[in-house]
Order: sequence, then C-alpha cells, then structure tokens
Amino acid sequence: MRVVVGMGSCGIAAGAGPVYDSLKAGLEGHASAQLSIAGCIGSCYFEPIVDLIDDSGNKTTFAKVNERTAKEIAKMAIGEENRASFFLMPQEGHDFLAKQTRIVLRNAGSINPEEIDEYIAVSGYSALKKCLSGYSSEDVISQMEISGLAGRGGAGFPTWFKWKAARDAPGRQKYLICNADEGDPGAFMDRAILEGDPHAVIEGMVIAAYAIGASIGIVYCRAEYPLAIKRLKKAISDAYAGGFLGSSIYGTEFSFDLEIKEGAGAFVCGEETALIASLEGERGMPRQRPPYPAASGLWQLPTNINNVETFANVPWIINNGARAFAKHGLQTSRGTKVFALTGKIKNSGLVEVPMGMTIHDLVFNIGDGGAGVKAVQMGGPSGGCIPRELFDTPIDYKSLQQTGAIMGSGGMVVMDESTCMVDIARFFLEFTCNESCGKCVHCRIGTKRMLEILERIVAGEGQMEDLGLLESLATQVKEGSLCELGKSAPNPVLTTIRYFRDEYEAHIEDKKCPAKHCRALVSYSIDPGACTGCSVCKTGCPVNAISGEPQETHKIDSSACTRCSNCLRVCNFGAVLAN
Amino acid sequence: MVINIDENLDSRFGHMLGGQGPAKGSLIGILQKTQEIYGYLPKSAIWAIAEKTGIKTAKIIGVATFYSQFKLEEPGKHQILHCKGTACHVNGASIIEDAANAFFESSNRPLSENGVTADGMFSLESVACLGCCSLSPVMMVDGVAYGSLNAEKTKKILGGVASGSLRE
Repeated sequence: MRVVVGMGSCGIAAGAGPVYDSLKAGLEGHASAQLSIAGCIGSCYFEPIVDLIDDSGNKTTFAKVNERTAKEIAKMAIGEENRASFFLMPQEGHDFLAKQTRIVLRNAGSINPEEIDEYIAVSGYSALKKCLSGYSSEDVISQMEISGLAGRGGAGFPTWFKWKAARDAPGRQKYLICNADEGDPGAFMDRAILEGDPHAVIEGMVIAAYAIGASIGIVYCRAEYPLAIKRLKKAISDAYAGGFLGSSIYGTEFSFDLEIKEGAGAFVCGEETALIASLEGERGMPRQRPPYPAASGLWQLPTNINNVETFANVPWIINNGARAFAKHGLQTSRGTKVFALTGKIKNSGLVEVPMGMTIHDLVFNIGDGGAGVKAVQMGGPSGGCIPRELFDTPIDYKSLQQTGAIMGSGGMVVMDESTCMVDIARFFLEFTCNESCGKCVHCRIGTKRMLEILERIVAGEGQMEDLGLLESLATQVKEGSLCELGKSAPNPVLTTIRYFRDEYEAHIEDKKCPAKHCRALVSYSIDPGACTGCSVCKTGCPVNAISGEPQETHKIDSSACTRCSNCLRVCNFGAVLAN
Repeated sequence: MVINIDENLDSRFGHMLGGQGPAKGSLIGILQKTQEIYGYLPKSAIWAIAEKTGIKTAKIIGVATFYSQFKLEEPGKHQILHCKGTACHVNGASIIEDAANAFFESSNRPLSENGVTADGMFSLESVACLGCCSLSPVMMVDGVAYGSLNAEKTKKILGGVASGSLRE
C-alpha cells in the first residue's frame, strides 16, 4: 500500500505539510504502508489531495484533506477501522481529469518528482536512448516537424525550425536554454511541470541538445519558484548520477552538461534576447533581431531557447511517435496545451486539452463556470479579454489572434459580472508599465501615459476623448517598440475597449462602475431586511467601519469605509449592498 | 550612512566573494548570494564586489535596480509578499493590503515609506505572481504561501507571526 500526498506549491499552500506529518505519525511502525509525495495533479481546488494506492495499483483519492481526516486515511492504509470514506474525492473531481488529454502532464501528480527511479519506471529516459541509439540529429528534427510541435511559451513558432536553424549554424560550441521564467501573472503551468515532473523537461532538453549539437544547457528559472528550483536541482544531480547527463551519455560520444540559473525578477526576461542579456550578467534589455539567437545568442554563440512545456512534450513524441502527437489538435495547431484556469471559476487548476477545443467547453464543461461569466483573459499582459459572445472560438494560435487576444503561455483568467473590465485594463497597464525595461521611448513613456488615462477613468474623472487618445497611443506603442512586451502591451486595453466599450462609457459619462468594483465609484450599505446581526462583516472589516450589536442590524460608516469589499465577500446572507 | 555589518556575516560574505572565479556573467549570481547573506545589498558589499570583480559600481547598481529581486535597504524581520497576480486581483487581492495595513496600525507599528514597519518586524512588498493562482488571493510570509485569504484570516496570520505562535 502506498500513500501519496500532492506536494506542489499550491498543495503546500493549501495545507499539505501538516497533512503529510499527520499521515507520517499515523503510519509509523507499519512497514506495509509507504508514504511518498507527488507533484500537482492540477485539481487545485481540491487540495490537499491524498491518494491510497494498493498493491495491485488501485487508487483511492481523498480531497480537501486536513490533519484530522489524514488520521482516518492512515487508519485505512493500515487496515484499521476508519471513517476515511467520508472524505473521498467527489465524482466531479474525477470527471475534471477524465475530460483532459494529458501528454505534458502525463506524470504530474502521479510520480514522485524527487525519485528518478519512479520516472524511469514510467519509461523515463527511454526516448533519449531511442534517439541516441537509432536516430541521427536530422531524424530527431524531422520527428519534430512531423509532430507539428510549436513553441508553448506563447509565440507558437515551429520547434523543428528553431532546432534546425541552431543545428545548421556554424560553430563547435552551442547552447541550449530552457526558458522557465514564467512571468505572466496568472500562469503557473511551468511551475507545476517543474515541480511535478522535472525529469521530463531534462530528458526533452538532452534530446534537443543532441539534435542541435549543443554541449551546454541552462535552465533559466524565476527565483519566485523555490520549490521548482529545489526539485530541478535534485533531478539534475540524479540524472548526472544515472548517466543521463554529463559525458558519454548511454555510452555514446554525446555529452551534455546542464545547470540552473535563477532569474532575478524581470518580466521582460521572458523575451529571448533579454534572457540572454540577463544570463550574461547584464540588465535584461532586449536587442534587435536579426541576428537571431540561433546564429548569435549567448556569448555570441549559436543558442536555442525553448519553453518548459515545449521540452516536456519531446520525450512523449519520440516514444509514442510524431504522428500520434499530430493526431491531437488541429491542422494548424497540433497537440495539446496546458492552461492555468483561474479567476471566477469553480474548478480552478491546471488543465491539458487538445488544441481546437472551444473556450466554451474549457470554461463551462471542464471549469464549471457559472452563469455570471462574461469574459476570459488569455495571454496575460500581452493578451486580451475575450467576451462570452466569442466563446465558440476554438483554442488555436490563429483563431485566438483574430479576437485580439493571444494563446500566450496558457494563463486563462475567468471574469464575471463583478470584474470591472476598465480596471482589468488598468491592472495590466500598471504591470507592463512597471516591467518595461525602458529602452524604447514609446513603451517606457507611452504605457505610463496610457496608465494615467486609465487611472483617471476608474477614478471617475475620465472624458469621452480619452478613449480615442488611448487608441491612438496604443497604435504608437505597438509600432514604436522593439520587443513583444511593448508591441503587445496595449492589447488588454484595445480588447476591452472593443468588447466592453459600454463599461468605459458608464465610468466616464454616468460615473458608475457596472461591476461595482472601482472604489471611487462605489459605496456599501447594509440591507436591514436581510442582516441577521451575525457580525461576520464587522469582525472582518480592516478599518472598523462597521458597527452594530450582535443580532441587531449592522451599519457601515461610509466616511471610514475604504471600499475594500471584504464585507460583501464574507456576508452569508447577501445583506451587504454595493451601490 | 554608517553600515553595521555583523562580523560573522561579513566572513561568510568574504568567503563567498573570495571563492568567485572570473566566470563571465556571474554578477547576478554574486548579487543573489550577497542578498542571501544579508537579506539585502548593503552599500559596503556593493563596493567590495566592485573592487573584487573590476565591474564599475554604477553598473552593479544599474543591474541591482533593474531586477525586482534585489533590495538596497534592509527589509523587516518577517517579509510579507502580497501577490498582485491577475487571479488574485480578480479575487480581491487589495483586501490583503488593507488588512495588513490595518493590522500594522492596530498593533502600533505603522508602515514607513520604504515598506518596513517602524519596529522593523515586517516588510510588505507586492509581487507580480506567486504562481498559486487557484488559491487566490494569496500572500507569502517568510517563504510560506497562504491561500484563500480574507481580511480576518490575513490579520490572524500576521498576528501569529508577530507573536511567534504560528506554526512554521
């Protein structure tokens, strides 16, 4: 019997640590029950999750486990009388996984990411062996071409093309870089892959290195992901010990060394030339291309950069065949894509689906989105908001671009009627304005001016001319910026003006925020008919603006209230009114 | 400005810097290690790095101020990272900031302009995304992430950290 606790960052944040300790105490002295860990399976809304796997491989899953319920699970594992069956994962949790097609996430949440043997047991490193023993570098690249794999970092550039360019570039020393600087706020696919199945990324990298002839590899990972870095470090050292990294891999002449470099926190470093500058110890500022990194990258040597998810696909493609991969998805966008489904949605977490699924199916069938859903934000600060009318759009690179959004790295934030679209535009502009490296004037100053206009509008001080001004500045910022950060920074503003113009007009002309979110345009009061005097709002109010005796109607002092909306969120009786 | 550097820490720094080879592109790594030792980048450390590596001080400061990870001032004893990612924003991240500020005021340790409380106990900093989006809104205190927060939970956690009663 094995007892497996989901210990990704999100599982730990939900309380998996004490659950693990409680299981450990409950299983002590029972050698028949082995306690181990796994990465994130993706059903984050059911964390902490515990699996019981019996000796014939049958799995029983428990959801939202706490220290107390963990004790019952431990009793079940050692065959004592227990009440564990009350805490089983509900059917919807199993459906959530059954509706997905898991290629990248094939092992996430099922194997222990800290044990290389568990990866090898699920045919880990066999794809590498297959390549080294039977494929030439051209063969590997041609497999990638047949598979149709495209860059999962957002741009969707064909992977085989980049590999071929790096392979054909003259030079004896070449670099291979894995971009794990997942900076898009609202996306955590790469973190989950690195935490849940780090060897898949390493194996993908070694295969890529073989294809292009690189001898040195670097994983550029953001420092905000300490657990991912820790597990990756362990995985790299185990891969060296196992002979999958280092010199003469699988007894061949091929050698490849891999190390981790921690990013220091700059969104722009997701851009490949900025990432290279950062690796060289400089400020992460992009430079003009060409020359592309394939010709002149790190230290002016040929360099190939791919994203974490791209690499994690590679061993599966080699093992299962490029055609098996190409069968998933659409002609123009092959394979699957992992999305981080979050925001105003019930089933939030990581989902992997074939390209071509409609946004509607993802949000409602898998995510169980509610009636109030009005838009989904895709592509983060470079993407846009897609309104519900366009939810029949298939998820592929081209179709999404036509809506004004982009595929991006896979962040998918669902928004409902309580989300103000003007404020969302302001939120993203604040982000890009902060993260602009400052090289191009239009990006540096243009985003600042756009932000000021949006701040004016959410404060109720906007004018109708502001919309035209925003659109004109947006065009200039797009045209006057060197890299994608600037070129795409206006997208959130342009898409919200295009699809939610009425919300902008309500802020400007009626001085109202339809979502009742913008602090300057909203006030709160308590409905005496609905208030039960339970005091939950009063206890939670950060500024003590709510008064009232228990069991009596409470009152909000509007002059002290900061409009933080905590009372609205915590009231169980719908008695707090936003006006 | 007078800089008081703990002698014990100083030797760790000297050891780290002394062990640095002339590897190209190592500046960011050196700064990261320095910050690991001191919790921030003291001026004296920056001068020492300049002297050892031959990189100009202006350039070091240029790099240090470019990346959000580096701090040029001493942070509080307990570091609160308040997530401002998209999912947290949509699910009411501003409540955490309000609640933290309310907690600082009610416990008589007002937050100063550099984001550190007057008693040096806490520093409050917002970050772009902690990657725990499905548990939004989220904050991280001393490396531990806390999810699904509201005002009351936030105050309770900070109270627990201040009194040392919170389980690590």
